Amino acid sequence: MEKEIFMNKYELLIIGGSAGGLEVLLEVLPQLRTDLDYAVVLVMHRRGGDSLLTGLLSDKTKLAVKEAEEKEAIRPGVIYIAPADYHLLIENDKTFSLDYSEKIHYSRPAIDASFETAAEAYGPLLAGVLLSGANADGAEGLLQIKQAGGLTIVQDPDEASVSYMPQQAIEKNAADKILTTRQIIGLLNELNHSIKPGNR
Amino acid sequence: MMIKDAEVDLLLTDLMDLYGYDFTDYSKASLKRRINRLLLLDKFPSFAELRFRVKTDEDYLKRFVEEITVNVTEMFRDPSFYRYVREKVLKVLATYPLIRIWHAGCSTGEEVYSMAILLQEANLLHKSLLYATDLNPDVLEKARKGIFPLVNMKQYSENYILSGGTHEFSDYYTAKYDHAIFNKELSGKMIFATHNLVSDRSFNEFQLILCRNVLIYFDKDLQDRVLTLFDQSLDALGFLALGSKETLRFSTISNHYIQQDKEKIWRKKSS
Ligand SMILES: C[S@@+](CC[C@H](N)C(=O)[O-])C[C@H]1O[C@@H](n2cnc3c(N)ncnc32)[C@H](O)[C@@H]1O
Repeated sequence: MEKEIFMNKYELLIIGGSAGGLEVLLEVLPQLRTDLDYAVVLVMHRRGGDSLLTGLLSDKTKLAVKEAEEKEAIRPGVIYIAPADYHLLIENDKTFSLDYSEKIHYSRPAIDASFETAAEAYGPLLAGVLLSGANADGAEGLLQIKQAGGLTIVQDPDEASVSYMPQQAIEKNAADKILTTRQIIGLLNELNHSIKPGNR
Repeated sequence: MMIKDAEVDLLLTDLMDLYGYDFTDYSKASLKRRINRLLLLDKFPSFAELRFRVKTDEDYLKRFVEEITVNVTEMFRDPSFYRYVREKVLKVLATYPLIRIWHAGCSTGEEVYSMAILLQEANLLHKSLLYATDLNPDVLEKARKGIFPLVNMKQYSENYILSGGTHEFSDYYTAKYDHAIFNKELSGKMIFATHNLVSDRSFNEFQLILCRNVLIYFDKDLQDRVLTLFDQSLDALGFLALGSKETLRFSTISNHYIQQDKEKIWRKKSS
């Protein structure tokens, strides 16, 4: 059964990706509405190169892009990036915490850690997207988003440059929707609260 | 099985009532993940059983405390930080007849041994005392031994070189099986003691305090209380070093401190 999606309720969109995921973001970001009224958190696997990612992505959009800071309050319309070499956790009071615990799936930041804590904090007000990657990270977290009533989207493995990560999520039955980059862009824009259901 | 917020609170209250460990002002997301991890690792069929075990088995309590706090650490983590200490901070500390350094939340000690190496290379170790504290006695026991996994040495050696180190890193330890046993002269000036940043007081005055990657586990109020404790324990013109994502900004003590370049090192003003 197709899950009923009430488009204009989501407060947080969280996107995870690994190998091949950055390319998707570079395509998605320029096409996101610039009056975005939900918050976005990006958890990307990468090696070192701390601030480079923030610079690279902020060039692609007029929206504010910044590295998530310790105990910072999550605000709508801002794109937050998980810093390198820490797990990014989301607290129930909708602030960030950083965590320097063991790597998960050889990764820090781990997508699972952010997805799971975001699912706890936001429940049905969370939308999660899992992109291309060669790693099993993210699938379990995405499932928890779904179980908490959130909306889950997986990049179409046929389109993803590395299909392993999306495939893992699909096998876990964690995906509400399997979409191409184009479709993801369309859906993310429709999640904006400013769009009333009648105008669709 | 996922633990509920109310269950986390129950456990924290038990720890407080029975043993005096106060985790109530810790960031909840991390604690909750650690407790869930422990439920899985130790194969508890239910939360109730975990709780019973914590309440009745002191040995298990030790494990519980050790596992819900995060002990991950490295030698020469953030090499540019150590480079700054090497090139700038030690120059100032060299002017003191006795150098007192406090590593608060030192975990298994990798940070303390890194500092001892810097001091030795600056020819200051002989007149230094490194106080290394943590709330967890088990990690301190490991720190005291100075034996670390050999597999990590390649990474540490790279970090060391990036921090400006010019010696042969492997001269600082003896390899035995899969362990690196660090030279005793490095630990000769270290004093290990349990100290709980939540409940224990200032115990000395220091010229340099390091507390890295500990405050991220505390909520804002507790962070502020601990920073005040450091302020009380730091000499005028002393240095306070935090983890790469931690800051003094927004804290009540920030007015008395000046950040040093872009590093997470602040210097206390003269008055
Ligand atoms: C992630 S480790 C940091 C180790 C090292 N400073 C570093 O940056 O690599 C955090 C340490 O803080 C300690 N810790 C947590 N709460 C504490 C408290 N209330 N008092 C003292 N130490 C505490 C933990 O036991 C753990 O060893």
